[in-house]
Amino acid sequence: MFLLRSALLLLAVLLAPISAVHADEAATRAAVAKFGRAMSFSDVEKVVKEVAATGDPAAVRALAALADGNLYARQPDGAVFVVKEKSDGFDLFDPLTGKAEGSAGKDAMVKVKVKNSLRRLIGDAVGNLTLAARDPAVRLAAATTMLNSPDASTIEALDAAIAKETDAAVRRRMEAARASAVLVSDRSEAEKEAAIDLLGARGDRDTLSLLLSYEATAKGPLKDRAASAVSDMRDVLAWWGVAQNAWYGISLGSVLLLAAIGLAITFGVMGVINMAHGEMVMLGAYTTFVVQEIIRASFPGLFDWSLAIAVPLAFLVAGAVGLVIERGIIRFLYGRPLETLLATWGVSLILQQAVRTIFGPNNRDVGNPSWMSGEFDIGQLAITWNRLWIVLFALAVFTVLLYVFNRTSWGLHMRAVTQNRRMASSMGIRTPWVDALTFALGSGIAGIAGVALSQIDNVSPNLGQSYIVDSFMVVVFGGVGNLWGTLVGAFSLGILNKFLEPYAGAVLGKILILVLIILFIQKRPRGLFAQKGRAVEA
Amino acid sequence: MIEISRLGGRLLGAAAIAAALSFPGVAHADDTIKVGILHSLSGTMAISETTLKDDMLMLIDEQNKKGGLLGKKLEAVVVDPASNWPLFAEKARELISKDKVSAVFGCWTSVSRKSVLPVFKELDSILFYPVQYEGEESERNVFYTGAAPNQQAIPAVDYLMSADGGSVKRWVLEGTDYVYPRTTNKILEAYLKAKGVPAEDIMVNYTPFGFSDWQTEVSKIKAFGSAGKKTAVISTVNGDANVPFYKELGNQGVKAEDIPVMAFSVGEEELSGMDTKPLVGHLAAWNYFESVDTPANKAFIDEWHKFIKNDKRTTNDPMEAHYIGFNMWVKAVEKAGTTAPDKVIDAMIGVTVPNLTGGYATMMPNHHITKPVLIGEIQDDSQFETVWQTPGTVPGDAWSDYLPGSRDLISDWRKPMSCGNFNVKTGKCGGEGTN
Repeated sequence: MFLLRSALLLLAVLLAPISAVHADEAATRAAVAKFGRAMSFSDVEKVVKEVAATGDPAAVRALAALADGNLYARQPDGAVFVVKEKSDGFDLFDPLTGKAEGSAGKDAMVKVKVKNSLRRLIGDAVGNLTLAARDPAVRLAAATTMLNSPDASTIEALDAAIAKETDAAVRRRMEAARASAVLVSDRSEAEKEAAIDLLGARGDRDTLSLLLSYEATAKGPLKDRAASAVSDMRDVLAWWGVAQNAWYGISLGSVLLLAAIGLAITFGVMGVINMAHGEMVMLGAYTTFVVQEIIRASFPGLFDWSLAIAVPLAFLVAGAVGLVIERGIIRFLYGRPLETLLATWGVSLILQQAVRTIFGPNNRDVGNPSWMSGEFDIGQLAITWNRLWIVLFALAVFTVLLYVFNRTSWGLHMRAVTQNRRMASSMGIRTPWVDALTFALGSGIAGIAGVALSQIDNVSPNLGQSYIVDSFMVVVFGGVGNLWGTLVGAFSLGILNKFLEPYAGAVLGKILILVLIILFIQKRPRGLFAQKGRAVEA
Repeated sequence: MIEISRLGGRLLGAAAIAAALSFPGVAHADDTIKVGILHSLSGTMAISETTLKDDMLMLIDEQNKKGGLLGKKLEAVVVDPASNWPLFAEKARELISKDKVSAVFGCWTSVSRKSVLPVFKELDSILFYPVQYEGEESERNVFYTGAAPNQQAIPAVDYLMSADGGSVKRWVLEGTDYVYPRTTNKILEAYLKAKGVPAEDIMVNYTPFGFSDWQTEVSKIKAFGSAGKKTAVISTVNGDANVPFYKELGNQGVKAEDIPVMAFSVGEEELSGMDTKPLVGHLAAWNYFESVDTPANKAFIDEWHKFIKNDKRTTNDPMEAHYIGFNMWVKAVEKAGTTAPDKVIDAMIGVTVPNLTGGYATMMPNHHITKPVLIGEIQDDSQFETVWQTPGTVPGDAWSDYLPGSRDLISDWRKPMSCGNFNVKTGKCGGEGTN
């Protein structure tokens, strides 16, 4: 949607110089000016149709602004402007040329009303008007709109456009649009058969939808042909569905991995049952919120960098809180799991209520930077950017952690202390500080996870609660004390969950996973990757 | 997890009681009328209910500035049931028997309302319930100021079926797995079938509370929507799960022009925690929107901003319900000349007060009120714009006309009937509801 809109704006800019030479500019301007007096939805609808009927590409700017809710009428003279909101009012622009026309206060401007059915109408009109645009992306968008809302009267226009088209992808889309228009026209049977074949070869969901609605009304051999095309498409889509589920599973797995990896350190390596782990995730998410608030208020240009700035800060904030918890509470409770459990759980309640008091109980708005919005397609596989980045981020965090553990001297100390505390101590390692820093590291990683999770979940005081059970599940399933176990555990639970969900439903799917884990733990109490050696028995 | 949050809730609850008890200590004289506020201030429901607590405090404050009630000042007694259903019953009992409140304004979820019902019946007090709910209930001690299904769900479906709403032919009923969505969807399914929608064009789907991974669900909706018929989603998804749901819809490119989502539990409050640009055009059905342009609403919003000392705080439908309920109670007390629940309950029926959308709300004999139904589209400033509304107000119907068992029941608390579930077939009070 954003792509389409920005493409339209770009087009409008490109068209600006041409529109001056357009003979009908006065007529278009008169039609657009009628928006200023259109008070009801039905009035607006009439004017949209009138503007579309001018066939003047210069009207696209006004129509696109109307669809976006940026077309306003000035009071009391009713002059129509495209507006851009600023803090104390609007900047005004000419609806046809886009020339700046000064500004106006909020009270002086009345929005031209728009709703879904009008947006659809506008989309079709813009599609028809931009079929001959200069930018191939705009032509592609126009062809796509025409493909999805077929209209027999557009066939000639499409034929002309196809003859002139130079870009292969755009031409293919136009041909598909023409085929969909042919299906709703009164053209010959042979032409319709060719159209069905052409659409059937495309194989995406939109086309499937078109063919299904055609099949419902068609008769005789055409109906059979459409039916066979539909069933072929369904077979192909079923395979893509499997790939899609696998991707969803990987994506859920990466979220589980992020949530659990900090716990894999505090619980897995150190053996502390840390019920406040979820709250460390929450602190990370709130850090992201605060960073974004500051950026919004003072440096709006940096918004796309907000997450990169939030990651180290979240690590420090959550890590510092973790350090305080370890030094203040947990170090007195080593070797007493039940007390640790109760104490950390108390800490989690304190942190939740503290955040609720400071930030309020409501969800906080954490925005997606532009590079994390939207999706792209590989064949019929839709991949959303935010999920893809989270998968990559989770793997990066995992790799860094693995490096720290296995390749640095600090990692060596950590492993030494957790495997044999007395031996490590007698070798001159300051075990209390290693404990404190390990716990801080685990908490800091949880904070980083919070930055990522703020992109897909609510930022509320309850954020942590929803992840704590899943985190323990992953760590226990993967095997306590093993980072690789956490990785494999997270991804296998994610994928299993996503393959169960379409059949069993979200509620039952979750229950089935829990049952399977219980059975698995019966069979292998130490999880997938059990730690071996003498230290384990101690 | 449930155990944990419950115990946690209790601890917090205990702290809140201590706070609540120590607070009013000074004003225990008999020259005040006490009003109980029973909304969760901690736990999962705090997000929605805290606002209603503040709303009530504001309304009581305003009434006191106008000189109180029956020559006495009103005094709010706030307790925190901490999103814990059994605790709601304990707190209600405490409010009625210990604090001797004259009426209670509270509850959000249906479970909490069901949990306090026996207490209100036993101690014969009054509860004002401000949230849209699934219906199938009418109790003497409860006044339902939120919408019944026929004041929200049914008109919303009618709108989507109409040419204005896009002539929708295929329906996804997506809900959180608990009593309100299940009952509402049962009613809607029966209604759609009565309207001639074949069973294969209806898909019902439930997700757990706080669900956050919507990828599969949204792609299921997309697949269901590509059958060549106009498709819409009716969402009874509750609370926190909405944010990731809408984020996923936006990211997967489900546009309102193609598959509109009509929500029954998403209000201004929920949208304020979201970037709504990708959601423009998705719908919600309520009886009030903050954006409604009337003098009464403007005054209410100004007052709210002043009271809460924050210009950014939104108002929402349940807040208006409390506004109506509180004003009705004030009027009924004045009419009865006493706060005795027995007298007030009888005086309530027929009381009419202005609502915030430029009309009037009347308390019906079935303890539900008349409300206009508004359909709004989400705008990019986290507000709704009304695109359709019922010509007049719609009286709330406690018992749905589309469910077997329920369609024969009527409710009338006027004497001599005084019955919440009178069966017109058997001619007896005490017919069966569906839950």
